[in-house]
Amino acid sequence: MTRTPLHARVAALALWLAALIAAPATATAERIVLGLSQEEVAITATFDGSSLLIFGAVSRDAPIPDASELDVIITVTGPPAPVDVRRKERRFGIWVNADAVHLTRAPSFYAVASTGPVADILSAVEDLRHGITLDQMVRTVGASETAADVENFTEALVRIRERQDLYQIREGAVALDQQTLFRTALDLPSNLVEGPYATRIFLLRDRQVVDFFETRIDVRKVGLERWLYTMAQTQPLIYGLMSLIIAIAAGWGASALFRGLQR
Amino acid sequence: MQIYLPIAEVSINAFLLLGLGGLVGVLSGLFGVGGGFLMTPLLFFIGIPPAVAVATGANQIVASSFSAVLAHFRRKTVDLRMGSVLLAGGLVGAALGVQVFATLKAMGQVDLLVTLFYVVFLGTVGGLMFVESLRALRRARRPGGALPKRRKHGWVHALPLKMKFRTSGMYISVIPPLLIGAGVGVLSAIMGVGGGFIMVPAMIYMLGMPTKVVIGTSLFQIIFVTAFATLMHAITTQSVDVVLAVMLLLGGVVGAQIGSRLGTNLKAEQLRILLASLVLLVCGKLALELLIQPSEIYSIGVSE
Repeated sequence: MTRTPLHARVAALALWLAALIAAPATATAERIVLGLSQEEVAITATFDGSSLLIFGAVSRDAPIPDASELDVIITVTGPPAPVDVRRKERRFGIWVNADAVHLTRAPSFYAVASTGPVADILSAVEDLRHGITLDQMVRTVGASETAADVENFTEALVRIRERQDLYQIREGAVALDQQTLFRTALDLPSNLVEGPYATRIFLLRDRQVVDFFETRIDVRKVGLERWLYTMAQTQPLIYGLMSLIIAIAAGWGASALFRGLQR
Repeated sequence: MQIYLPIAEVSINAFLLLGLGGLVGVLSGLFGVGGGFLMTPLLFFIGIPPAVAVATGANQIVASSFSAVLAHFRRKTVDLRMGSVLLAGGLVGAALGVQVFATLKAMGQVDLLVTLFYVVFLGTVGGLMFVESLRALRRARRPGGALPKRRKHGWVHALPLKMKFRTSGMYISVIPPLLIGAGVGVLSAIMGVGGGFIMVPAMIYMLGMPTKVVIGTSLFQIIFVTAFATLMHAITTQSVDVVLAVMLLLGGVVGAQIGSRLGTNLKAEQLRILLASLVLLVCGKLALELLIQPSEIYSIGVSE
């Protein structure tokens, strides 16, 4: 074994110490190696939702630390879009939309899957930093109005979208084997919006994020669905005329067919 | 079998859509209404975004009305001249209605306005038709009681610009049909319907047209007004879903043929009492939605 120059050894030690201070939990250097069942979700004519398998492994330089438990949180975020949340009120005997709150960036889809209750495995500070829980996510969607009870509106947004399976909280849905292999299956509903779906995996120890990995899954229409959608957007006049021609042809065809049948 | 709709961006059972189209098609052929007053709320109910429902409904009505009007052409029960006068008014009215719609949309109460329009118009038209049809049925049932003459020689006949409508057997001023066409055009733009349910009674009770001619003629006018609406929607909002339209019209064109054949076997009074009941039913359903506290008072709307 050759002796390393002293100054190099000091530098290495300093680096190691700096790393230790900056992120004490990364001492064991656990890193995520990710696998996805698919990197693209294709929306075809018979698309009826999709199951997405997210799996991976934890790679380590050192043996598994036994002082603390390892936890995993996986989030999938659909493309954000502005929404108006309205509340009905009884006025003059009928129910009408009264107050409204405009949210500038509500995710069209959001799923959180974890190895355990998120409140127990994630600290509030880390949640704030990474924006992991649904509460955190919706709080940052940016409400433009300063109505007294904006929370009621954001809660309603979450409640309604949870009912449509667009927002999912799946505590305990991530399986973790021997503190190394993790996997979860997410059900994507059929009413998906097209676009990149940001997929994040957080590795946690002592409620701190020790590693974090981000990738994306593209949800896009393919084939006939793609062609029609593009045409409607780029050549609306031709698309409109085509719709009318199909309508008139179908009307005429059915009429001719029934006349033929009656004879 | 589920089918994904590319513009509406939802997955719906294909047989549900075929059935919906068929049901509305039967009504279209039977009563000479486009069926939009029923189709649009039903599409909302199965989860189609409102903008797509309104625009695609218009496209579907073109198909079922075209199919039905061909049957009426063969029976020579379309007054082309009257249809053209109504259409001229209709296009002007529809253009006006689109402007009113845009203004109210900017004010943020368009949903309420549309529902109120439905309740008020369906309630008035349905109620009047129901009472009138009941009276006519009772008269017809009396032994020896002949149907009274429907033609009224009132203010309609005192107006200038008279024109001969041979198919209807009338010689009246073009001003009332133009106004009726325009009024229906405004309503159809706001309510997202063809407007037959308003036009049919208006032609019978205000113009005094024979019932048999009324249906074919209103279908003729509806085709052009809804085709115009479809193009406007395709260009301005890109909300016409052609896959949804094809599913609805596959059921719809078949239904329209069945309906227009059923219509020839029913008496005019029976037809009208059926239509009146249906109109009142939809009206009642919409009125209840306004009056009863909804289970979820919050709603999510797409904003621009």
